[in-house]
Amino acid sequence: MKVVVCVKQIPDPALPGELDPSTNYLKRDDKLILDESDSYGVEMALQLAEAAGGGQVSLVSMAPNGEVSGLRTALAMGAEDAVLISDDALAGSDALGTARVLGAAISRMSPDLVLAGVESSDGYTGTVPEMIAGVLEMPSITFAKQIEVDGNMVKVQRQTEAGYDDVECQTPALVSVTAGVVEPRYPSFKGIMAAKKKPVEELDLAALGIEAAAVGQSGARQETVRVTDAEERQAGEVIEDEGDAHEKIVEFLGELKIV
Amino acid sequence: MSVETILVFGEGDEGNPSGLTLELLAAARSLATNVEVFVAGDGAAMATELGAHGASKVYTTGPLDGKLVGVHAAAALQNHMETGSPDAVFFGQTPDGRDTAARLAVRIDQPVVTNNVGASIEDGALVVEEPVFGGTQNVFTAFRNEGPALALFRPKSFEAEAAGGSAAEVVTVDPVDPGAAGIAAVTGRHVEERSGPQLDDAEVVVSGGRGLGQPEAYEMVDELAGLIGAASGASRAIVDAGWVPYSKQVGQTGKVVKPNVYVACGISGATQHLVGMKGSKHIIAINKDPEAPIFGVADLGIVGDVHKVIPALIESLKSR
Repeated sequence: MKVVVCVKQIPDPALPGELDPSTNYLKRDDKLILDESDSYGVEMALQLAEAAGGGQVSLVSMAPNGEVSGLRTALAMGAEDAVLISDDALAGSDALGTARVLGAAISRMSPDLVLAGVESSDGYTGTVPEMIAGVLEMPSITFAKQIEVDGNMVKVQRQTEAGYDDVECQTPALVSVTAGVVEPRYPSFKGIMAAKKKPVEELDLAALGIEAAAVGQSGARQETVRVTDAEERQAGEVIEDEGDAHEKIVEFLGELKIV
Repeated sequence: MSVETILVFGEGDEGNPSGLTLELLAAARSLATNVEVFVAGDGAAMATELGAHGASKVYTTGPLDGKLVGVHAAAALQNHMETGSPDAVFFGQTPDGRDTAARLAVRIDQPVVTNNVGASIEDGALVVEEPVFGGTQNVFTAFRNEGPALALFRPKSFEAEAAGGSAAEVVTVDPVDPGAAGIAAVTGRHVEERSGPQLDDAEVVVSGGRGLGQPEAYEMVDELAGLIGAASGASRAIVDAGWVPYSKQVGQTGKVVKPNVYVACGISGATQHLVGMKGSKHIIAINKDPEAPIFGVADLGIVGDVHKVIPALIESLKSR
């Protein structure tokens, strides 16, 4: 079984994010890291390959400046190899442009199963996986909280507003996984060392046969007209509990006529 | 581009449009002269209420018989849009809304802008507003494409309001076979048991987070919620950890709540969570870390141990 996992390399979410004032793009100058949302997809792929008695787990990522730091983390977890699409013309790509690029790269890899996180932690559009399936004209099951592969059938518990649905389809298929679906493993020292030697194929748009105008900012066909600061909520009273703080809460709830 | 017709992707169950669908209708009505609804399912049953909220027509595929919605809805929508030509399509930020918008975007090669909380018309173009960086900044994006603008909106971004119209005209659209892409089938549905006030529209919400320490401690959250007629919620951390089901999750990837009072118990206030509850009228926070970001948005912040404060609060409320 061949599994391709889409991974995004993002600015460290622990650091404050910032938009570049000249372009309004998210600043990605510092080292990028593996999006935690995608570590679940990587882990799930490794577990499914193990359960199937072997298989190949490959990664695909689109990132500026040939960034591989996040890919190395996923390779250290156990993925075999990776494809990175990096091209200056991709700056400002929207979800659809991103999906066209990832889709083109994935179609060269002929996977049985494509996994992706439901949404990234920085852009969180939550549409790229389904768009990739659209580009590949592949069936898809989004919002998976459990995945099982049985021969050429993939069976998923799909999260819904009310609970979950059992959904199934034949492979090849794309499945997007929710956070918390599995416990991502920590890369071992051995894994980290091995990851340094694992192959990462770097491609540009020409290699994928995609016109630069179809992606990037021109392909996005949308314009940031302004960015404003949101109204700050004012912090109220903060008190230290001396054993009677609950009375303060009851009083406050009383003022609000809740009790 | 001027905006004459906005098509709303309508969702709901058992003949009732969802609250989010009605919110989108109110927003669409304020921007366009004509508002229509597309329902991938039984839209006819919703025609009266959709009409009352300003929809002139409801296009319906009829029941999808257990097919996963997105691909089929997008194929039927594309077919409809060849003749219907709306200027914009509004979707709710729901699983099926996202799937459908994404598939449609690829089919008609048009951009989608997600996570919006506001919309306006500026110089004839649709401009949507999206909060970024945990809601500290807002990005306003204008559609510059030739075709229809596809936009997804977060729940509770607009106020639903009946407009007093008559039932929407029901137009049945032909199903379109999306081929192999459409083979995913729903073989079972599981509804988590829900009792008491629902998170979406509760007047008071009590939520618990990692600071509770262990799954059993969530019982105090439920007990407190029960005493003050509140719905109980949770941070993503304890949903991911499997303590409570996803249906209780408040935040960016869970539910957006805007109750009168929100009580955060042992929740530090990660951006992910703040996005989902910052719009509450009043916020009470209990956390042992005085530096926790949740205190930055709380009207009443208690620096203390949830295992002491909540039981004392429960006792105090019981003795009243």
